[in-house]
Amino acid sequence: MPEPFRRLTAPALPFWQDNVDTDIIIPSREMKGTGKTGLAGGLFANRRYADPVARTPDPDFPLNRPEFEHARIWLAGANVGCGSSREHAAWALAEYGFRAVIAPSFNPIFFGNCVRNGIVPVVLPQEVVRRLGSPVTVDLEAMTVRGADGQIHAFALADEARTMLLEGRDPVELTLKHAPAIAAWHAEDRQRRPWAWLPGAVA
Amino acid sequence: MATLFDRLFDSHAIADLGGGSWLLAIDRVMLHERTGAAALRALKAAGRPIVNPAHVFAVMDHIVDTRPGRGDQTLMPGGQAFIAETRAAAREAGITLFDVGDPDQGITHVISPELGIVLPGLTLVAPDSHTCTQGAFGALAFGIGSSEAEHALATGTLRVARPRTMRVTISGRLRQGVTAKDLALHIIARHGAGGGAGHAVEYAGPAVTALAMEARMTLCNMATEFGAFTALVAPDETTLAFLEGRRHAPKGDLWQQALACWQGLRSDPSARFDRELAEDAAAVAPMISWGTSPQHSVPLTGHVPTAAEAALPAETHARALAYMGLAPGQPLLGLPIDGAFIGSCTNSRLADLRRAAELLKGRRAAPTVRAMVVPGSQRVKREAEAEGLDRIFRAAGFEWRESGCSMCFFAGGESFGPGERVVSSTNRNFESRQGPNTRTHITSPEVVAASAVAGRIAAPWALG
Ligand code: SF4
Repeated sequence: MPEPFRRLTAPALPFWQDNVDTDIIIPSREMKGTGKTGLAGGLFANRRYADPVARTPDPDFPLNRPEFEHARIWLAGANVGCGSSREHAAWALAEYGFRAVIAPSFNPIFFGNCVRNGIVPVVLPQEVVRRLGSPVTVDLEAMTVRGADGQIHAFALADEARTMLLEGRDPVELTLKHAPAIAAWHAEDRQRRPWAWLPGAVA
Repeated sequence: MATLFDRLFDSHAIADLGGGSWLLAIDRVMLHERTGAAALRALKAAGRPIVNPAHVFAVMDHIVDTRPGRGDQTLMPGGQAFIAETRAAAREAGITLFDVGDPDQGITHVISPELGIVLPGLTLVAPDSHTCTQGAFGALAFGIGSSEAEHALATGTLRVARPRTMRVTISGRLRQGVTAKDLALHIIARHGAGGGAGHAVEYAGPAVTALAMEARMTLCNMATEFGAFTALVAPDETTLAFLEGRRHAPKGDLWQQALACWQGLRSDPSARFDRELAEDAAAVAPMISWGTSPQHSVPLTGHVPTAAEAALPAETHARALAYMGLAPGQPLLGLPIDGAFIGSCTNSRLADLRRAAELLKGRRAAPTVRAMVVPGSQRVKREAEAEGLDRIFRAAGFEWRESGCSMCFFAGGESFGPGERVVSSTNRNFESRQGPNTRTHITSPEVVAASAVAGRIAAPWALG
């Protein structure tokens, strides 16, 4: 389970093109194994490396600049994480050390994948994201972001996601607390919608 | 006063988790070999059994080879391990697996409707963003991440933040030669790749009800390219006619009970949506993409727009053009191509193949073009072969493949070459989607067929 997140001050990577898809975050060919690890080297591979195979860094990509090399917050553009639902995008970010993504809007699947992997998805207007500078402080308890200029910006996040991130909780465990309600719903549903239950279904 | 989405969502809500999140009952889970093994193994490691294995299906589609005579061997390095591990994990978990040699194998979103796995009124999830395709049946079907798939398997539920609702009402009729693919690109080009963000989109109106199921699936398929949570079409006679008698569809009395249940599965006339869009189907032209987002699309007879015309930031526009090797003002028609691809969960069903074959009858792809057809499923392949479509494609110089995702995306094995220009019936023209530095133009299967023949981007109506 991810580390609980309360407050983090860290260098913030300015890579805020709109519609950065999960292929850009991690190209499909970088997902070499069937597991969830060994992905950090493939993070942003098509942008970060002039030659992704030889791993020659592209000096123009901000992550290759010394001041952002240890970035743990990503300042992104609108509709970030669109495209493929691959959770590898969140796994690669987390493995590299990212704990927050700040963007004007998120793809819904990527948003969920961030939350489940200890990365705080923060929605702020584009003008604000672009003026934050680096370092940035993300305070999940106070629900604020502080830019390099000291300005403080409030953000919103659903209680559910916030609790999960604050406590580093396993959502399956939380849900299993509802086991009686789930079982009752299933039992009623079998009566209500017998057609929805395939032969061999047990619950 | 309820919308179709509300009906589906509320009828599956088990508990209010607060802050707009709900515990939602999940009726069906589909897995594929790209992430299936990881999810099943993680569950096992945590000692969590699958709540209802009879409602879980796994398929080999993403990595599996599509070359004729395929086995477990893949061109993607290490691909075989994904296949072998998914197979082993699926068997152990006791879920239904459509394996490499299975007569029902195919792309998840193609086989699910073929087998009646998706049904109106169900909730269905898969760790794949194009699960929204299946919303065409009036099911609440949406893509999730791998961890969420584990959650759904282990609990039979998901914790879901309730999206807002949007209705896209499409009046009139699509003109002759204009397809659901063009309609999808038209909407995304007009409202942006994030235009549906945060919303469950219901497609409605006479132009939508006039569409066959295949076309409705094409339309809903691209909802993820619109940024939407998912897409929906209310079930009607067309839906029922498609599903009746399918393997996992209810039979006899159960079918009658299901019909009664599906009666009211639509938005009330007075239902309120958070957003409403209106489109005129008659205004939709055959479309093609010029850039590196589905939003970068124009009518086939159009030209590469300036940044201002495309309403894009200069930087984004310049990058897209540099990647695609294009300049503002260039017409799309006539651009020389290297590849032509017909396939993917967007446009690889029998109706798609028929329309492309119709154009290719008695014609040949230009010798400079690598052209291929990848049927969406083994069933589509068999049915196409029974009609002789494979012979038309082969005679036209197209490769005729086994079913799967194939070169819809680059998994690390097979691809089109760097800098190659490809017309493709797929859904994503992202940078390097079909191969490192491959330039993809997404469009309808008929434009792919016509362009293959011409050796350049061409209109179906202009074939000599
Ligand atoms: S065909 Fe393409 S878009 Fe569809 S599921 Fe396969 S890889 Fe994804």
